[in-house]
Amino acid sequence: MKNAGTIVIVVVVGFVAFFGFPFYYNIGKANEAPKLKFDTPAILEWEKVNGKKECVEPKEFMRGEHMQMLNQWRDSVVRNADRVYVNSQGRSFTMSFQNTCMNCHSNKKDFCDKCHNYLGVKPYCWGCHIAPKEKQS
Amino acid sequence: MSMNRRQFLKIAGVSTVLGIGGGTVVTGLRRTGLEASQVSPDPRALKAKRWGFVVDVSKLKTDEDYQKCVDACHGIHNVPDIGNPKDEVKWIWKDTYERTFPTTSEDEHMNKELKEKKFLLFCNHCAQPACVRVCPTKATFKRQDGVVMQDMHRCIGCRFCMAACPFGARSFNYRDPRGVDASGRPFIRKENPQFPTRMIGVVEKCTMCYERLAIGQQPACAEASNGAILFGDLDDPNSEVRKVISSTFTIRRKPELGTQPSIYYVIGGTEHA
Repeated sequence: MKNAGTIVIVVVVGFVAFFGFPFYYNIGKANEAPKLKFDTPAILEWEKVNGKKECVEPKEFMRGEHMQMLNQWRDSVVRNADRVYVNSQGRSFTMSFQNTCMNCHSNKKDFCDKCHNYLGVKPYCWGCHIAPKEKQS
Repeated sequence: MSMNRRQFLKIAGVSTVLGIGGGTVVTGLRRTGLEASQVSPDPRALKAKRWGFVVDVSKLKTDEDYQKCVDACHGIHNVPDIGNPKDEVKWIWKDTYERTFPTTSEDEHMNKELKEKKFLLFCNHCAQPACVRVCPTKATFKRQDGVVMQDMHRCIGCRFCMAACPFGARSFNYRDPRGVDASGRPFIRKENPQFPTRMIGVVEKCTMCYERLAIGQQPACAEASNGAILFGDLDDPNSEVRKVISSTFTIRRKPELGTQPSIYYVIGGTEHA
């Protein structure tokens, strides 16, 4: 095998070129991060009364941990019948996905779906829980 | 690029240790719990040691009386009306004397009125529930207050509970409850947006309106029954249900099976049956 070196190089370069295609094809045109909307009537009302937009816990926490939190709420309500959540500021909330979370975030398409679609996750909440009625489709 | 066995084992050992240790460092640093927060029951919640019902069928006279209770329950809980008996989903329903008390001995001279009487049936929330014993995922479980609860998140649809329940109180979602029938009519005619539906492949049943008990309300059927269904604590001798049970003749469904049903039926039209 006189050309062993060349063949190896060609194979490696070819491999990188083929499988690396998605990476260098997308260089420079990074997808824009999803922009969530916090302008539902319930949120604006909350802002009017409390002076600022806030969730049951700080934004950063909700962004990273809402899935664990929803699981804890679910177990607490369904299995232990504990329905009141006292947050880190001492404020109480009824733990209800449909009646508390989705009351403020009544814009599933501009809130939940935005990130979930961007990240390609398909939570099965909506198999049973009823999403709020939205005008746009 | 050659390596002897000793060198290979050294590298393999070091990388294994790093791999295990590294994993612990990463997971150990992640926040998992919700610190500085706590959960508690709603102060309005109704409390009891063992909830139970007394159903006085003498107060259920017309078909409408039964239907009011059924509609109250099925309406707020998004129970689908599939329209055929094979796939039907029911939380509360009415049935004949024979099918309600099938183990009572046959009697040709039995009161005709009673023989043709319809009974209102729903989950007995047994003290010794057979369904709870067989559930492999603990999706159905007994709460402290006697409610036999169904956690739809955990149900895998194995239907062991349906085989175990001697009262037929459980229904399987053979069809997607959010679907439509052949003529395009949705199975759930009017969704209650405050309560979830179920999905295809899970078992459902009466949950004693746990969501209403939690905010201090009686079960919907009792509220709609106009006094035919009494609801109260079977462990409290002063409760209304106990007073009726101690003063009137009541029967339970299939008591010989030992599941200790929590629904007592009053049959007689008179006070001293």
